Amino acid sequence: MRTFLLAALLAGCAIPAAVPAWAETIYVSNEKDNTLSIIDGATLTVKETVKVGRRPRGITLSTDGKLLYICASDDDTVQVMDLATKKILHDLPSGEDPELFALHPDGKQLFIANEESNVVTVVDVPGRKVAYQVDVGVEPEGMAVSPDGKWAVNTSETTNMVHWIDTEKRSIVDNTLVDARPRYAQFSQDGSRLWVSAEIGGTVSVIDTATRQVAKTIGFKIKGVAKDKIQPVGVKLTDDGRYAFVALGPANHVAVVDAKTFEVKDYLLVGRRVWQLDLSPDQKRLYTTNGVSGDVSVIDVDSLKVVKSIKVGRYPWGVAVKG
Amino acid sequence: MRLFLLIPSLLAGWLAATPAAFSQDVATVRIAYLTQEVEHPPALSNLDEPPSDEGLAGARLAIADNDSTGRFLKQRFELDAVTVPIDGDPADALRELAGQGHRIVVLDLPGDAAGQLARLPEAANLLLFNAGSTDDALRNEACAPNLLHTMPSRAMLADALAQYLAVKRWTKWLLVTGPRPEDKLYAAAVKRAAKRFGAEVVEEKTWTGEHDARRTAQAEIPVLTQGKRHDVVIVADEIGDFGDYMMYRTWEPRPVAGTQGLVPTNWHRAHEAWGAAQLQSRFKTSAQRLMLPRDHAVWAAIRAVGEAATRTRSTDPSALTAYIKGPDFNLAAFKGVPLSFRSWDGQLRQPVLVAADRSLVTVSPQEGFLHPKTELDSLGYDQPETGCRQR
Repeated sequence: MRTFLLAALLAGCAIPAAVPAWAETIYVSNEKDNTLSIIDGATLTVKETVKVGRRPRGITLSTDGKLLYICASDDDTVQVMDLATKKILHDLPSGEDPELFALHPDGKQLFIANEESNVVTVVDVPGRKVAYQVDVGVEPEGMAVSPDGKWAVNTSETTNMVHWIDTEKRSIVDNTLVDARPRYAQFSQDGSRLWVSAEIGGTVSVIDTATRQVAKTIGFKIKGVAKDKIQPVGVKLTDDGRYAFVALGPANHVAVVDAKTFEVKDYLLVGRRVWQLDLSPDQKRLYTTNGVSGDVSVIDVDSLKVVKSIKVGRYPWGVAVKG
Repeated sequence: MRLFLLIPSLLAGWLAATPAAFSQDVATVRIAYLTQEVEHPPALSNLDEPPSDEGLAGARLAIADNDSTGRFLKQRFELDAVTVPIDGDPADALRELAGQGHRIVVLDLPGDAAGQLARLPEAANLLLFNAGSTDDALRNEACAPNLLHTMPSRAMLADALAQYLAVKRWTKWLLVTGPRPEDKLYAAAVKRAAKRFGAEVVEEKTWTGEHDARRTAQAEIPVLTQGKRHDVVIVADEIGDFGDYMMYRTWEPRPVAGTQGLVPTNWHRAHEAWGAAQLQSRFKTSAQRLMLPRDHAVWAAIRAVGEAATRTRSTDPSALTAYIKGPDFNLAAFKGVPLSFRSWDGQLRQPVLVAADRSLVTVSPQEGFLHPKTELDSLGYDQPETGCRQR
């Protein structure tokens, strides 16, 4: 939201809430094409495809929305793209095989999960150097930083834990066990809860940040879809605390969860192997990357309907929406 | 840069972890691994040197994986690996392990040895994993209540191949069976699979192994493969004596599948989906070679114990055994779906890879082979068909 406001102000827009969705641009990393698809939010068409590093996966915007950080997994680096010129400005040292990362609210520390070396690498972004590394469990994957910047959490896929890194102490101070193969973590807007998906466990755990205990485990059931195909990956929460959206991987559906009661309200059919999600800055649209079908589904948040699918490159993975 | 930083951080982590994580309140899970040296028969193809640590290397990696979770839960895992010499008796070794207080033993033994060991009085109180044998008898008449299987059975392998051939509509099979007893067991599983999935073994041939295939294949195999019209040649040659020589020499231009050619297996070097690339790479770093099927089966058994220790927060072998056999057990084994043990025969239900030498062709169960509980149970002996009465 802050990103959006800032961008909107820079663009000279007076009333951010009234800005229609056309203002946004959607960035999608194509894992098997080594490209980035740039989708125009007004027409919902791909307006440009840009070459990036090898096996691009996680992507995230800088706090001012001017830069895009790209995990180029097979190049063992994080690339920094200037979104105005679409040129790679420089690389950041990332450790081996970066897959997913999260930016600290200060915009200066990037927390990167290094899947192959069982560490989290923390990069000093302005200094372009590694600040420190933290040993975590086997196959670190999901990363999130709490809105107050106190916590950086990492999920390790084979250890099946959430590791709580105290960003001041620069070390793990607690671990929360979740279901098998945790993939993605996201804090609620107020930071009180952490949502973690478990791909093989087939669940989403909602963890209380204060106690670091699992408050609720959410299961999923879709008529006509085998239980073992329901594999939660990406999670996105609306800022108003109303919904949590959960990408269910090979089940080809996005679950709509009431973020207050934890009740699953609906399942929306999207493309095949739905992976990551991002909301438009006005929270009116949800974009999903669908790896196998090679497209992006656009969901209207008010009506909870899939309104469009947009063909992108091979194996779209990460998605980031800029206002 | 990374290495430089990593080493101090590891050291720091170790030092920081030492007082808390490795103090006396760390509980230990002891796991034994039992295998026997075998005399490798003189296979005609001598391209691949079988590694001496197939299975054991999987055990070592699984212990390391378990420990990585364990260090956050104050649990550690200890491996006792025993290799019985060719003329030794695995039963003695198992008795000795039981005498040392071991309760969980992974057996990496061929044939029906695991079933015999499970029946020893000393084994009554043990949890045994069969990670080395595909014998269908072990899942049926020779099953035992204290024996679980992480290696798929021959029936599961054959069913996995049959499902794919059915999808391809290559349903007329010429079956060529080698001279050894295990080849006949493989052939029996193939014939069972044909019946289950609507294929037909149109003709059966036997490879007698009287000649060196390297010298005579070009003359012999065309003659051997002449016969009734078929879509595919299935070979049953478990030691790899002649199967590789079938390809490109058949009378008709036909693909070869079974123990060679297109092979159903629990693990394959070309498998990289569902995070398998990470396991392959972790294994390669640890063992300095590629992961083989027995490595994965042993790894899965020890990871099952680790998973149970994690979930129950216990290191008590009885609690671990109960959890592993219970309804809540799930294992993530880089095969895309959670794995669990079948209650009726103790078999780990799992997808089976169907692969050529350098490419993963498909993963069974194939879409469309439906099952009321889980499609994984369309592979192998399902509950209504089981011959296991001892569980």
